[in-house]
Amino acid sequence: MSEIYYTEDHEWIEVEGDIGTCGISEFAQEQLGDIVYVELPEPGTEVSQSDEVAVVESVKAASEIYAPVSGEITESNEELVDDPARINADAMGDGWFFKIRLSDPKELDDLLDKATYEALTAGQH
Amino acid sequence: MGNPPDQKAPDGGDPQGALKKTPLHGLQVELGGKMVPFAGYEMAVNFPLGILGEHKHTRAVAGLFDVSHMGQLRLHGAGRAAALESLLPADIAGLAPGAMRYSQLTNDRGGIIDDLIVTNAGDCLLLVVNGANKAADLAHIEAALPAGITVEHRSGDALLALQGPGAAAVMARLAPGAENLLFMTAMAINIGGVDCYVSRAGYTGEDGFEIAMPGTRAEELARLLLAAEAVEPIGLGARDSLRLEAGLCLHGHDIDATTTPVEAGLNWSIQKRRRDEGGFPGDAVIQAQLRDGPARKRVGVLPEGRAPAREGAAILDSAGAAIGAITSGGFGPSFGGPLAMGYVAAPHAGQGTPLGLVVRGRTLPAQVAKMPFVPARYHRG
Repeated sequence: MSEIYYTEDHEWIEVEGDIGTCGISEFAQEQLGDIVYVELPEPGTEVSQSDEVAVVESVKAASEIYAPVSGEITESNEELVDDPARINADAMGDGWFFKIRLSDPKELDDLLDKATYEALTAGQH
Repeated sequence: MGNPPDQKAPDGGDPQGALKKTPLHGLQVELGGKMVPFAGYEMAVNFPLGILGEHKHTRAVAGLFDVSHMGQLRLHGAGRAAALESLLPADIAGLAPGAMRYSQLTNDRGGIIDDLIVTNAGDCLLLVVNGANKAADLAHIEAALPAGITVEHRSGDALLALQGPGAAAVMARLAPGAENLLFMTAMAINIGGVDCYVSRAGYTGEDGFEIAMPGTRAEELARLLLAAEAVEPIGLGARDSLRLEAGLCLHGHDIDATTTPVEAGLNWSIQKRRRDEGGFPGDAVIQAQLRDGPARKRVGVLPEGRAPAREGAAILDSAGAAIGAITSGGFGPSFGGPLAMGYVAAPHAGQGTPLGLVVRGRTLPAQVAKMPFVPARYHRG
């Protein structure tokens, strides 16, 4: 059974075993608007929690994506490179950015659960 | 995720002061506009269609822009053309009634205080200046005017822009006669009972119109234009991507008090008599640059990959030496890829010159490209 966590910076991570799938929240894609470019991490890269690991650009601006947890990148969603609009269409599903093998699952305790994250963004629309 | 775009003013915002509202603020909110601070106003950056959709709709059909934040000034009095010529390098004396010209208010170093459109309305000169600069422009112009010439700030007036290949058909139906205007000409005309001043101009590279009217009638007129099936409301986001594809300068970014019209490649806006005679602030600097060429030039820049280069990115030559910086950059929705403009040292300004752009610490290949990035479709008759 998987569990989903959020960062205050609007990334999400869905954890199954020691693998987490990461992306940006529905709220984030809405705030960014039409996404036209992504830069994804190379599989094999070791990252620390809060490192800049990816970049997303909308027509408006560029934003950095931070690693929600430490670990090794195991896969990037190459489909996004040719079709970044997937992130707008399905931020929590098809629009995932990368998968990471968690090196310290205790870091998940620093993250927000769904209800807390939704409360955080509720007033910001 | 860093850098959420909504938490900073896109341009010229005043985080301290209360934001002003244009006469169309209520309508923008009603239409689902996402409101942001811009040039001291709260305005829509986009509507539910989104920046990409609004951009493409404008190029394909027609878009309506609220540009009421811009300053509308009128210059009255005998000798007003000569008085205005003392502040800018365009030929205003030779402007026929109903004709308009793009120009720049210059400083003593030839730098651009603001850029503007001047129209000879017959009994006065109309000036449309940038919203973020209008108070400073007004003070600058007032301080320089001789006795007998007055400047009137039409702060209660609204300004709408209807842009796109479908704009003329909409105008022909609602304001018969307006469709016969040629690019950069203007006329007074009644639209749906509202006295308007309509020009064939814009900031998108498309055919289109700008419509000035009393602010009290703006919402009524905007609703009339939006009732046309072709017309969608367009926000500031698409306005910026449209003008960037069209190769048009944004003051405070591509031109400012430190760049001259010649460096910016705006030589075409300095007519021959003014080049010969001078008589405007910074004339010696500008005449010398016209004669000898400027040391740097504004150019179009085409990144080779998919990564956009934004304002501030350093431009390198093929050997890796810094030769300039990007002043505007992003993604061109109609162009279908990243594009930018910036200044480079003059020897590197030739079309096709290979460049490097420093983006997030990496050097991305690019080259000097022709502007506009999409063909202009002005109605020249």
